[in-house]
Amino acid sequence: MNILLNFISTFFLIILVTILGAFLSIFERKILAILQNRCGPNRVGWFGSMQIFADVIKIFFKEDWIPPFSKKFIFFISPVISFCISLFMFFIIPFYNKCNILNINNIGVLFFLMLASLSIYSIILSGLSSNNKYSLLGSIRAISQTITYEIFLGISLMSIIIKSNSYNINDIIISQKHMWNVIPQFLNFLVFLIASLAVCHRHPFDQPESEQEISDGYHIEYSGMKFGMFFISQYISIFSVSAFISCIFFGGYLGINNFPIACLILKTLILVFLFILIRASIPRPRYDKIISFGWKFCFPISLLNLFSTAFFVLIYN
Amino acid sequence: MLFLKNILCNFFSQVRSIFFVFINIFNKRETVMYPEEKTKLFPRYRGRIVLTQDENGNDRCVACNLCASVCPSSCIILQQDKDNNGRSYPKFFKIDFSRCIFCGLCEEACPTAAIQLLPDFELSDYRRQDLIYEKEDLIISNQGKYLDYDFYSVSGVKLKNKNLCKNSKHVNNVDTKKILP
Ligand code: SF4
Ligand code: SF4
Repeated sequence: MNILLNFISTFFLIILVTILGAFLSIFERKILAILQNRCGPNRVGWFGSMQIFADVIKIFFKEDWIPPFSKKFIFFISPVISFCISLFMFFIIPFYNKCNILNINNIGVLFFLMLASLSIYSIILSGLSSNNKYSLLGSIRAISQTITYEIFLGISLMSIIIKSNSYNINDIIISQKHMWNVIPQFLNFLVFLIASLAVCHRHPFDQPESEQEISDGYHIEYSGMKFGMFFISQYISIFSVSAFISCIFFGGYLGINNFPIACLILKTLILVFLFILIRASIPRPRYDKIISFGWKFCFPISLLNLFSTAFFVLIYN
Repeated sequence: MLFLKNILCNFFSQVRSIFFVFINIFNKRETVMYPEEKTKLFPRYRGRIVLTQDENGNDRCVACNLCASVCPSSCIILQQDKDNNGRSYPKFFKIDFSRCIFCGLCEEACPTAAIQLLPDFELSDYRRQDLIYEKEDLIISNQGKYLDYDFYSVSGVKLKNKNLCKNSKHVNNVDTKKILP
């Protein structure tokens, strides 16, 4: 009985998150438009609220073309990998005390790191199997970006783990009862925000896609539903990464006592808005500049932060 | 020290630009809701092409083919014919608006100010064939943008019918050797 209930709730959450991810694309277009003094989609339905259905219908009925020069099997599975990984990221978020779908409490943060590293595989595989120079360029850029941000993503998480003395996300949230981690760890928060922008391939770190230079990079050969999977997985990963940040730095479900879920959702939405705001305002730097920025700036800062956190923890305990 | 100052300056410039983008939320929208709300177009906007007539109701076009030869997308086609007075006029005149790029070169080339571009861009149609405008669709019964200009007052062929030119300002004998206009 319990297993069945678990199964149903998990299934429900998967559907919900997918729909949310699809809606975020419209939400993002609307917010981008508002930030740029435009109106955004406002024709379909009431103020454009039905635009998502128009988009979904369009994407479903697009011709699903597999290029004859591609490596078929890898080409086929890489959007599935991308979709699954971004979905898994959501499962480690605790919605209220000790309630998360994937009950791997002791290694929650490590699981996140693992997924962040694994998500590069879908990009490499799709870039290689498409047999297209643009997608290959996109995946090369994605790899070079990954070896840059992965380091300081891990290190900046480490200082949080030192501070709360646990890999368990639930424990990390509870350790923020008196003060959110964002205040003592502000530099760390900035570094982690930059790294998480890179995890989701958002502007200004959308090197693997960069429409203007390499015309959509790794998923240039994809169409129809396969493209839709890449597309939605990006938005789901925005959601899950923002939820993760709000757990790590903003106290997750803590806040208003009786509405833990509402608290988490509110924080997540504000962070999603921040992601979109950053996309609207900062242009993309050249990709070697991103690498040097990551190695020469973010990496030392996160190391410094790690050492100082360790120092203070040693002194006070 | 300079390094630190640089970092701080760059950081604040990024935050400042994010802030200024955020402020845009409270600004007025720039979008013109087009079908409900019309835009104001200026008289020199290059839209739909018309053929104008002079004040007596004669075609201004002298079928010189200058517009057709200057047209970069080759979308004008016309055929010359002569009327009783020995003046030429276009027997047919077609513009393919599905190919026209509204560059306005035909208007520049035209010696008689016959062909003119209007600020009207709502030309869309369901069938491409309907976008080929015949002479009847193009012709309008006034002078368009250039009111007082009359080609025959400065140039043109001799009229056979002498009565015609009495009450008009058409010159009958144009001295083709004269340099001054
Ligand atoms: S506007 Fe340009 S393209 Fe159109 S008919 Fe005139 S010359 Fe040709
Ligand atoms: S250039 Fe003017 S006068 Fe000559 S054919 Fe074209 S419209 Fe007629």
